[in-house]
Amino acid sequence: MPPSGLDVLFQGTNFLRLLGGLWVAARIALISMALSVLLGVPVGVLMTSRNRVIKAVTRVYLEFVRIMPQLVLLFVFYFYVTMILRVNLSGETSAIIIFTVWGTAELADLVRGAITSIPAHQYETGYALGLTPLQVQMHIVLPQSIRRLIPAAVNLVTRMIKTTSLVVLIGVVEVLKVAQQIIDFNRFTYPTASIWVYAVVFALYFITCYPISLLAKGLEKKWALSSQPSH
Amino acid sequence: MEPELLGEYLPVFARAAWLTLWVGLTGIVCAVVVGLACAVVQHFRVPFARQLVSAYIELSRNTPLVVQLFFLYFGLPKLGIVLSSATCAIVGLAFLGGSYMAEAIRSGLEAVDDGQSQSALALGLSRGLTLRHVVLPQAVALAMPAFTANIIFLIKETSVVSIVALPDLMYVAKDLIGTDYNTREALTLLVAFYLVILLPISLGAGKLEKKVRYAAFGS
Repeated sequence: MPPSGLDVLFQGTNFLRLLGGLWVAARIALISMALSVLLGVPVGVLMTSRNRVIKAVTRVYLEFVRIMPQLVLLFVFYFYVTMILRVNLSGETSAIIIFTVWGTAELADLVRGAITSIPAHQYETGYALGLTPLQVQMHIVLPQSIRRLIPAAVNLVTRMIKTTSLVVLIGVVEVLKVAQQIIDFNRFTYPTASIWVYAVVFALYFITCYPISLLAKGLEKKWALSSQPSH
Repeated sequence: MEPELLGEYLPVFARAAWLTLWVGLTGIVCAVVVGLACAVVQHFRVPFARQLVSAYIELSRNTPLVVQLFFLYFGLPKLGIVLSSATCAIVGLAFLGGSYMAEAIRSGLEAVDDGQSQSALALGLSRGLTLRHVVLPQAVALAMPAFTANIIFLIKETSVVSIVALPDLMYVAKDLIGTDYNTREALTLLVAFYLVILLPISLGAGKLEKKVRYAAFGS
């Protein structure tokens, strides 16, 4: 049998290098997601404020970040903002900063949605039963908000992981770049490597994201049933 | 910032914007066709095809467009399937968007209560009439928010097609940064053009959603 392109992955440390590249992408996604949760929760609470200035500022921030392709934000930050600030940031750091800016906006909107989705009569019923505002928050609002929030937040993790595929365009050596290097290095010994290697990268992203998607779907189903018995 | 440079670059960006729009819209139309086909298969529970469709949906939703495009553009030629840059971009968008559109349409169809079609049938409407006058108008309205969100999402996703050598907005900006070092002007125009394309669509989507919201409060 002629050397199949798949064999190239098992030459030397190629497969380990590919996994290392995946880890770089995953690391960016995980750090950005952690920071987004830290910042997104307070920003989301801020978004429910009745103050007009706060409302306007958070709204413009959310809409702008949402409407711009993440790649554009990445470019503006990596090539331009760093120039104005006269700082030298690596592609990975830039990516983490931009994904955090984006993730914070997305998560804050989810938090806002989860808080405002609790109808006013729930608060009123709580007060009528003699609960204090804190008790109403702890026992009525928060448990329901969190159940609405978590499945969507888990979904955001998969979006974050998928978005990391963009960082190859600002020079971060992650799984796609490693794949390219392997293909280019073996161009003459394994001329058909590209289809196999890219198929494996495709599979790696799938294997990473699919379980998280399943988890999000599972949580959604579980909590949708218990919190809305009327349906 | 040099205004005359902006003027000089404007036509270049305008051409690129057309390409972005053209690829985006063609991709969206293809995605809707794929999505509709998948939603119908799932809704009517066609045996076998149904499993294929759900496998496709999971595969497409859990992988990034960049990786899909790399596979199409650099991988497939090794099997003798050579696609042009534009075809790759459109096939990629259709592959990615098809699953998102399918989910939007399916959720719309599912959200229409069974009682609605049962009542219509009980009133003597035929199956076709029930679908056309009772189920579809409500399903379309219910699916609208997800549908418009997908359109904006897919146009945003076109920003990566430069990796298969399509001279879209992103490509032009990168090119000008690399050749002229006019980073500021290139990126200003890049942001401006995406705003000009996406802001009206986003605002229009909001209006449209309000207009068709009757179904949400129907019954």
